[in-house]
Amino acid sequence: MPIPSDSALDPRRDPRRLTHLRQLEAESIHILREVAAEFDRPVMLYSIGKDSSVMVRLAQKAFAPGPLPFPLLHVDTTWKFRAMYEHREAWTKQIGARLIVHKNERALAEGINPFDQGSNRYTTVMKTHALLDALRVHGFDAAFGGARRDEEKSRAKERIYSFRDAHGQWDPKNQRPELWSLYNGRIKKGESIRAFPLSNWTELDVWQYVWLENIPIVPLYFAAPRPVVERDGALIMVDDDRMRLRPGEVPRTEVVRFRTLGCYPLSGAIRSNATTLPEIIREMLLATHSERQGRLIDHDEEGSMETKKREGYF
Amino acid sequence: MIDTDLIERDIEGYLRQHEEKELLRFVAVGSVDDGKSTLIGRLLHDTHGLYEDQLEAVKRASIKGATRGAAAESEIDFSLFTDGLKAEREQGITIDVAYRYFSTSKRKFIIADTPGHVQYTRNMATGASTANVAIILIDARLGILPQSRRHAYIASLLGIPHLVVGVNKMDLRDWSQDVFEAIRAELGAFAERLAFKDVHFVPISALRGDNVVHPSESMPWWTGGTLLELLETLPISADRNLDDLRYPVQYVIRPDLTYRGFAGQIASGVVRVGDEVVALPSNKRTRVVSIDTWEGPRDEAFAPMSVSLRLADEIDVSRGDMLAHPHDLPRVDAAFEAMVVWMSERPLDPERSYLLKHTTQMVRARVEQVRAITDPETLEPRPATTLALNDIGRIAVRTQRPIFHDAYAKNRGSGAFVLIDSITNDTVAAGMIVDAPAPALAPGGERTQVSAAERRARLGQSGAAVTVALPSLEDARALAWVLERQLFDVGRVAFALPASPLVTEGALLACAAGGLVAIAAERGAPRARLRVGDAEWTDVPLDPAEERERLAACLLEALRRRGAWDGH
Repeated sequence: MPIPSDSALDPRRDPRRLTHLRQLEAESIHILREVAAEFDRPVMLYSIGKDSSVMVRLAQKAFAPGPLPFPLLHVDTTWKFRAMYEHREAWTKQIGARLIVHKNERALAEGINPFDQGSNRYTTVMKTHALLDALRVHGFDAAFGGARRDEEKSRAKERIYSFRDAHGQWDPKNQRPELWSLYNGRIKKGESIRAFPLSNWTELDVWQYVWLENIPIVPLYFAAPRPVVERDGALIMVDDDRMRLRPGEVPRTEVVRFRTLGCYPLSGAIRSNATTLPEIIREMLLATHSERQGRLIDHDEEGSMETKKREGYF
Repeated sequence: MIDTDLIERDIEGYLRQHEEKELLRFVAVGSVDDGKSTLIGRLLHDTHGLYEDQLEAVKRASIKGATRGAAAESEIDFSLFTDGLKAEREQGITIDVAYRYFSTSKRKFIIADTPGHVQYTRNMATGASTANVAIILIDARLGILPQSRRHAYIASLLGIPHLVVGVNKMDLRDWSQDVFEAIRAELGAFAERLAFKDVHFVPISALRGDNVVHPSESMPWWTGGTLLELLETLPISADRNLDDLRYPVQYVIRPDLTYRGFAGQIASGVVRVGDEVVALPSNKRTRVVSIDTWEGPRDEAFAPMSVSLRLADEIDVSRGDMLAHPHDLPRVDAAFEAMVVWMSERPLDPERSYLLKHTTQMVRARVEQVRAITDPETLEPRPATTLALNDIGRIAVRTQRPIFHDAYAKNRGSGAFVLIDSITNDTVAAGMIVDAPAPALAPGGERTQVSAAERRARLGQSGAAVTVALPSLEDARALAWVLERQLFDVGRVAFALPASPLVTEGALLACAAGGLVAIAAERGAPRARLRVGDAEWTDVPLDPAEERERLAACLLEALRRRGAWDGH
């Protein structure tokens, strides 16, 4: 066999090279198809954020020209930004996806809210419990999530097929070995798999893909004048009249945007002038803080994400 | 490193540059306290893959924990950044595979950070399974430990083409070139016995950053570049197998009656529109009429793309089947040998059946024999009857139906499998199919080095067995000869066995296993039976009133319809 010359080894000259994004895309599509083929009732968790949007686009690619072979599930705390609900309705209608919205109605009736309970308890009840409830009610045996391993330390160890017991719990010390792209989706009745097609994507990869593929995202990611109050060092947007202002807090208009989206009273905005995707990406690359810092739920204690995940949180 | 200047000036230019990057996956392994986590923390830090708040959290934890006494208060204990789980932080060891990400202006990197203790060998195998490069760390003070050899062997076993050895903690050996050269000579000699394409050594200090990202000022004798330079320039695109098309069908896309696409990720090779392909296991030939993607049709696609293929003929293809080029087929066999890493606390039980997942199919399998356990430190095999957690051994496997496979050394995608315990559902072993074909049925039951698939590829037909019975043995033999002639005339390799007490069913099947269409005649009530390949025997009506040529033509047609060969 002839020894390849240096130029033949230069990937940029190789007509059969895949860039890292196309490799990640191919891997994600493989995961999506694998789950759709191996499970009876898969569902895709749809949080309306940029990662979810990328995951949905990858699913469109995986099953084109057919429709998505599973529904989207939005676990709704009812405290998301209004712009998120608008985006959810418009986008799911546009792509013809089946959307299931699930709320913890009992907790809502009991008056659970992000102000009185503390973010830990609120998240457990409105997100973790609601999610487990939704999976049980609909009998879903596999659920896609848009989590990435670069987000947080305990995520870095999660498998692509993440096994959950009958209580939806994750046992990080007892994970199935996962080799090559041979995923083990075997479960018993009541158990389930969380599948993470974006495991190997980084925040930059996701943004770059949104840009390359022209994927619609919620406008809150772009800077605009918005009413905010400064609370515990974070800028909280006053998105509707349910926002409880503390004594002395007066909303003022600032040009801000969000790096991550969640429940508006728990999502910190950043001051920014970035109004285009490249500007957002520039800001992200030059930023000195990781994106999850804007999420108040991870801050409560060291290892808090791991604790939540053990309980069944995504 | 992040080019902050370019990002400031021309973000779109930066994005175009980033878009063009190649992906390199490496696994970092080392014994306890070799400083592996520190190395990874150092790579992330010096390439700006660490954010300030993550750094702050680590600084806080460094002071709070003061775990390993590795870091003075002013220094950052990078290992705290990578050791993610609570149990690990409490015990001060890494107990599971963690994945880390960073990129430079040349490549994007995925690191599998895996534990070094013996009891976590399975995790190293996990991290190694997808890696292009293995980085093994050696503590310069301790030299090569038994585990260092073990790690090199596992990396080689899992088919990683490139090995990089970081001789770490050079600062604690006065940056001595002699120390480095001694380690290089010893481990280099061991690595020569393994299957790496190339092996590289770099003297480093992960804690101080010497020769990791930035060149060392303390080791002017070293001119071989830094570890990162090596990772940025090692040629990896030629490692892919673009020769042998292996297309495991994953999912059938069928939105309506007019569209049927066979979706999958190309495991190896290249496929073009117009290519003739064979669908396994049916052995039917057809052509690729379209390679579909969301972006539109393509003229060709190559590994590891995920695409959807449309075929010219309405043949039966479903998940678990494989498409390949007719001149280059995988082995199709239910018996094969493999190297396995045993990953379960329950030892291998040869009395039990396991589930075997290979490409996109799952099949019941039995381990027929443990041939040997390999000592990963001496590479010596020793006899064994079972495998326990973290054992590496060679086994003979038999699956309930044939799988379409290649040797792992030639093809990672079609040579790898996992074994699953069907009761606990745990993944219990990782398997790599070895080159030597498994013993196949041959005359006298002896082992053969040529598989049924290879014979089929050569002869263009599956082996088949036919028996014809008529009240007169003479008539039956005459019919057999006519059938032999007719098969010969349409280009098939057939042989009518002489009527003799030696022609048992076993002998007939042995000839069939050799790829022949073997025909036997016997005395009895009018009856014909045939079987193609591994299929069951089936009866074919035989009307003794018909003329011989016509009877033979019916039998020939029955063989063709059962896929004994493709076409007419």
